[in-house]
Amino acid sequence: MKPFLRENIPTDLEEIPDAPAYEAGYLVTKNAGWRNVRPVIDPLKCTVCLNCYLHCPDGVIFRKDGRVEIDYDFCKGCGICKKICRLGAIEMEAEKNG
Amino acid sequence: MAVNAKTLNETEFFYGHKACAGCGGSLAVRIALKVLGENAVAVLPAGCMSAVGFNFPQLCFGNNAIISTFAGTASMLTGVQAGLRAQGITDFHAVGFAGDGGTADIGLQALSGAIDRNDDILYICYDNEAYMNTGIQKSSLTPFGARTTTTPAGKNIHGNLRPKKNMFEIVAAHGIPYAATASVGYINDFMRKVEKAKSIKGTKYIHILAPCPTGWGIKTDETIEIAKEVVDCGLWYLAEYENGRFTLNHRPKEFSSVKEYLKKQSRFRHLTDEDIDIIISSRDKKWLQLAES
Repeated sequence: MKPFLRENIPTDLEEIPDAPAYEAGYLVTKNAGWRNVRPVIDPLKCTVCLNCYLHCPDGVIFRKDGRVEIDYDFCKGCGICKKICRLGAIEMEAEKNG
Repeated sequence: MAVNAKTLNETEFFYGHKACAGCGGSLAVRIALKVLGENAVAVLPAGCMSAVGFNFPQLCFGNNAIISTFAGTASMLTGVQAGLRAQGITDFHAVGFAGDGGTADIGLQALSGAIDRNDDILYICYDNEAYMNTGIQKSSLTPFGARTTTTPAGKNIHGNLRPKKNMFEIVAAHGIPYAATASVGYINDFMRKVEKAKSIKGTKYIHILAPCPTGWGIKTDETIEIAKEVVDCGLWYLAEYENGRFTLNHRPKEFSSVKEYLKKQSRFRHLTDEDIDIIISSRDKKWLQLAES
């Protein structure tokens, strides 16, 4: 199962478990705010070799309908994907807001 | 067929974690869990990967995962596999992810005990060469000359005085069914080794070198390059131990420059040419020994 964002953030005492165990893959915050630059894939240059997907420490690069896409909610902008891409299909662009 | 980027399980099991950008350790955990699949039961001692993976309610593991005591990764793995077997569950992989300190210093006795009992577990040590989670203190896997907060570089003493412990050979000396070294710079090699370990009964150990941009003083996008370079310059080697025999998986035709590798990292920036010569001569001695075996 892939961990995913939930709407409910447990805050009340009743919602916090008695035992030190909880549901797997329960995400309540994004990591997007960590980033100053964002990777952008040029679909014309990309050959879907998946090297970026393989080397992403956060696993935010994925395949969708024969293309490679990025989950910007959790990308930290480390730039590993840009360096690993042999075709130069990934560029790092400055984040515009904040 | 060996698992590759196209055949790898598309599900992510380690997602949304709070590791620093460009973390090598989190890449090792992510890839290993993808190869092992959803039936993996992960055990993580105190260390970076438990600190970044379990921040209630932000729980980043998609499979079953538990935090162990610092010293008890391997003993908890023993308990996990015994408990699952007692319930009649056979389709699982008990896997531990411990750092270099949690393996070579603090967790060594538990690991040694588990190998002695030959429990059916996979122990993966992600080696970032210091206690990074607590702020870069020296461990016994910190290499010679590295600057850490407990081995500062001064005028007289240039960082860490002791060489890196050879954890792979210590584990192999137990007569373990399978042990291997890997690097995040050679990720396909690592995937192959995890897949092989998955099919072997008994204790398995994989030691993966995982650069830490924060502790090593490199840019966040240099993690993979530096992990490749350390193998290419001969300071780390990719090998396997199986059926009592060592196999070297990668023999560089010509070593790349050690000095270049060291000077890219701020933890080595203070080293003099004499210090680098010591590092090169200890590397040559090691490779001579490897050539003989």
